[in-house]
Amino acid sequence: MTTTTTTNSSQLASMFGAIWALIKKIPPIYPIFFAIFITVGILNPNYQTMNGIFVFLRRASPLAILAIGQMMVLASGGFDLSMGSMVTFVIVGSSMLLSNDPEKALPTIGIMMCVGVLVGLINGLTVSYFKIPSLIVTLGMLLLVKGVAMYWSGGAPKGYFTDNFRVFGRGNFENVPIFGKFPIALLIMLIIAVIAYFVFHKSNFGKQILAIGDNVRASQLSGVRVRLVRTLAFVISAFLAVIAGVLLGGYGGISTNVGDGLEFQAVSAAVIGGALLLGGKGSVPNVIFGAFTLEALFNLLNLLGLPKPYKDAVQGLIIIGAVAYAAFSTRKKR
Amino acid sequence: MTENQKNITEEKNTQLEPLLEVQNITKRFPGVLALDKVSVRFYPGEVHAVVGENGAGKSTLMKIVSGAYTPDSGDVVLQGEKVSFAHPIDAYSKGVSIIYQEFNLLPERTVAQNIFLGREPARMGVIDMPQLNKNTEAVLKEMGVEKMISPTAQVSSLSVAAQQIVEIAKAISYDSKVLIMDEPTAALTNIEVKMLDDLVKRLKARGMAIIFISHRLAEVFDIAEKITVLKDGQFVNTVNVKDVAPADVVYMMVGRVLDHYFPTLGSPGDFGEVVLRVKDASNDFLKDISLELRRGEVLGVAGLQGSGRTELAQALFGVVPFKSGEIEIRGKSQSVNTPFHAIRLGMGFVTEDRKSEGIFPKQPIRDNMLMTIRALQSFFGYVLNDGVRKSRKLVPTLGKQVDVRTDSYDREIQFLSGGNQQKVVLAKWLASDAGIFIFDEPTRGIDVEAKASIHDMIRDLTKKGVAVLMISSELPEIIGMSDRVLVMHDGRIAGELAAKSSETNIMLVATGHQNRNDANTSVWAGKE
Amino acid sequence: MTTSAISQNGFLRFIRRIPPVYFFLILVFVGGAILDVTFADGQMVTNPTILTNILVRSVALGIVAVGQTFVIIGASIDLSVALVVSVTAVMTSFIMQGDPAKVPLAIGVVLAIGVVTGMVNGFIITKLKVNAFIATLGTTLILRGILNASFANFKGSVPRSFEYFGYGKIGPVPVSILALLIVLLAGWFILARTKYGFQLYGTGGNVEVARLSGLRTDRVLIIAHIISSLTAVLTGLFLVSRLRAGAPWIGTDGVYDLESVATTVIGGTALAGGKGGVWGTIGGVLIFSVIDTLFNQMGVNPFMKNILRGVIVILAVASYTIRSRREAA
Repeated sequence: MTTTTTTNSSQLASMFGAIWALIKKIPPIYPIFFAIFITVGILNPNYQTMNGIFVFLRRASPLAILAIGQMMVLASGGFDLSMGSMVTFVIVGSSMLLSNDPEKALPTIGIMMCVGVLVGLINGLTVSYFKIPSLIVTLGMLLLVKGVAMYWSGGAPKGYFTDNFRVFGRGNFENVPIFGKFPIALLIMLIIAVIAYFVFHKSNFGKQILAIGDNVRASQLSGVRVRLVRTLAFVISAFLAVIAGVLLGGYGGISTNVGDGLEFQAVSAAVIGGALLLGGKGSVPNVIFGAFTLEALFNLLNLLGLPKPYKDAVQGLIIIGAVAYAAFSTRKKR
Repeated sequence: MTENQKNITEEKNTQLEPLLEVQNITKRFPGVLALDKVSVRFYPGEVHAVVGENGAGKSTLMKIVSGAYTPDSGDVVLQGEKVSFAHPIDAYSKGVSIIYQEFNLLPERTVAQNIFLGREPARMGVIDMPQLNKNTEAVLKEMGVEKMISPTAQVSSLSVAAQQIVEIAKAISYDSKVLIMDEPTAALTNIEVKMLDDLVKRLKARGMAIIFISHRLAEVFDIAEKITVLKDGQFVNTVNVKDVAPADVVYMMVGRVLDHYFPTLGSPGDFGEVVLRVKDASNDFLKDISLELRRGEVLGVAGLQGSGRTELAQALFGVVPFKSGEIEIRGKSQSVNTPFHAIRLGMGFVTEDRKSEGIFPKQPIRDNMLMTIRALQSFFGYVLNDGVRKSRKLVPTLGKQVDVRTDSYDREIQFLSGGNQQKVVLAKWLASDAGIFIFDEPTRGIDVEAKASIHDMIRDLTKKGVAVLMISSELPEIIGMSDRVLVMHDGRIAGELAAKSSETNIMLVATGHQNRNDANTSVWAGKE
Repeated sequence: MTTSAISQNGFLRFIRRIPPVYFFLILVFVGGAILDVTFADGQMVTNPTILTNILVRSVALGIVAVGQTFVIIGASIDLSVALVVSVTAVMTSFIMQGDPAKVPLAIGVVLAIGVVTGMVNGFIITKLKVNAFIATLGTTLILRGILNASFANFKGSVPRSFEYFGYGKIGPVPVSILALLIVLLAGWFILARTKYGFQLYGTGGNVEVARLSGLRTDRVLIIAHIISSLTAVLTGLFLVSRLRAGAPWIGTDGVYDLESVATTVIGGTALAGGKGGVWGTIGGVLIFSVIDTLFNQMGVNPFMKNILRGVIVILAVASYTIRSRREAA
């Protein structure tokens, strides 16, 4: 092997080269998020405090949870559009089941979780056994679940949430070292995130989800139990929607339209975070930051003085923009 | 062999002008020089084959000629004039048509609608349907196939061969002078190849230049007059078919003498106990299937298109299961109803079409290799190590075993060549420790070197005691690899032949002319 | 080698070409009639007004479903139609303000809005390469936001003369049904007999093949989306002429987005594109109308109706796709 003498400057150059190569590998979502968040922080000094940041994270946690669920379904090649209605159902239904009785809090949550699993099962089994595109099944489920929620409540939700129900979405851990107050919702999200990371990136199950989304036929022929894996993905998604619903209910109170459009937000968050709409790719940490970015963007718009109804319009633009950008950058990589 | 070759050129046709000529064509893609100053002449009324290993540049050259790519430098000269195509439609209108392996047809539309897509006879935007059908009728007549194909037939209802004819009809309707075909006979039965041959002769008589790419030298020698060999993006030589032998051509393609096309067959002592036994099994397509597969042997399955070979594989593997009859695996009666069952029972299936059935394009190579193990194991096992025990060591080991050429196992498999992809598919089944392998067209569309590699691997498998069932449309492969040959016809096993049976024998049984079971010798051997 | 001659018997050919949806329609109608006689007053089969109502109900969904059929044949989808219907209804009543003189102006404006929406949808899908589903949902959100934010300023009403569209008759035949028929015939003609129709089938069947044949696939799709939006505008005009005033929830209440897709798919047009037609779609529309009327006859709770609608949509599409061996996602 020939030895070469290197000068200091070329050593420096190769070091920069290595660092630059590392930088190029960072998914674009992270710099985008930080850019937006810093802007928000500048505009609203509240967000410069630890407390303010936690308020933000608490509010973004439900969306992050939804985004994780949606990403799993997207990675398997499908869509789950029934998430928003699930959230509405959870909020409306819980308020009625609770009827102000704190004893009923845990059972209510338990019942909701069962309903979530049931809805996920129906979604997954219908797509798997009846071969209907998940787009249509979950759109139909969106109508159905919301319809049941409306029917049950007669159109107007009654009752209040008890405090022990609300604590998940609204409460904090007090006297935490270093942080002071730490939102419970954030902790729940982090726990889910860690579990989801291992499940999706490190387990056989997660790899099989990606396989289904990438090539269903090859999956079948390789021994993947496609129907089982896909159904489980939908169950996870619906289950996570229930958790998000509990958090949102605690945070925002009762209303019939909290859930409207959440599934699209979840899809946008997942897509911004790099999940391919056709399946076969996904990443838990990236979509979480996708959710954070979306939430930060909404905050930014609020701070810039955009009235509420326009939120919808802007969101539409964001979704289109995000997907267009994702499509563009995917094509560039090839 | 060598000296004569160098002197063989196409001087014979000096009085004719070339219909199409490429001059010093160079084309670069990121990281690879696909074509390096390639020049070839194509004459009218001639069938000219272009051969070379995968990656030699044949497809790239054809794509440039047909307008799908533009060259970085060099010229395409059509009938003496330099042309430059910005889009395939330019090439069509100037008379250069190309037919790809995956047809460019719309299955839900009629023959007429396909042929004249974008050029339908119309008045003020309203289509003149009778005229459209008449024009189609006329083109079909010119090709002599008007009795076989109706202009109003839906393309999806036609056989593969008929669809190819529709594609050719499209070319004729553009008044093509140059017709390029990519692997035209890959999906055809022997009878259909003959029909194509006749059609090609008709086209030749019109003065068209026919160019085709093929990996099947036997057919090249049957149909073509000239062969151009490309290697690593460079022009090697153009020879007259009647002046050379296939071995010469292969030598030009790979640059070394390949006298061992196939590894040695097994001898009777190598075969073990019966691991797979099927008795009187049937389903909607297959009838009364009975066969035995022993450890250490390669059982070849031959037959014409539609005879049921792939259906047999699918039935054995649980994709389209048998509805009646018995299956015994390692002596125990089983029913194989899903691929998952089959895999659990120790079977592996390397399918015909790796792109749509074998690989996971966006996933890294390592995940492709480990997919079957993952499917067999529990969902959340060994979570800390990516789900599979010792995957870090297993992947490179497998990679070496199947000779995959790649710089990293984390690369997405879609960026690998066809031959390498097939090797990864093989690795997937090796990883699952299957004892019974079913191969369906294991070397289709793969270059010569990788082919030999895979054949060696199959024989190695049998040496380790694996039982192999190999379906192939390439008779040389069947004859070269099989210790026994089952020939299928019309959904049944029409006959069983011994090793080294002749192509004639196999063809006779495959076409239903014979129904003999010859374990040892065939009366027809020797009568070629 | 298979020969491919279609059966030469004319009548048999005709029967084989009827979209299967019509057999379902007969089933549904007979089943519905039985239910109606058993659980309600049987008016559905005896009262001609009710039968006509079934047809009139079909007009709103039918017109927009024809447009959706175009888009789906092109392998795209348009989920923004419900909002276009709403926007049309609101803008029409706002501009007209009950004044017959303003009718042409109002119609002109909403048609223009339709064209623009279609162009925007088409542009986002073809040039920005955004998935059609996401793109049209995005447009929906944008339209909804604008509508909700500004509806308060857009109150109005429709003059009596305009109600002719919704209620008028020519002889015994309601004008609206005639309108539906015209739209159907125009749709069929464009798809089956014009160059554009062939280009649409080509683009939807295999966009690469279409491009190789020199078709300008982007333009084809954009036009399809414009057609879809325009039919949504027509539906909006019809609805507002019946309701006499527009409101932002008209489109979403009627679930025109999901139902236009469902009826198209039931009618035999595959979501993957490249095949199908309007006659099948209208069969699907009729099925939905019969079911809707049945619900009314039986006095079903409106919330329950929505639930059942969701179920029916899923089941209806299931009955078609269940035959395909291909795995859905």
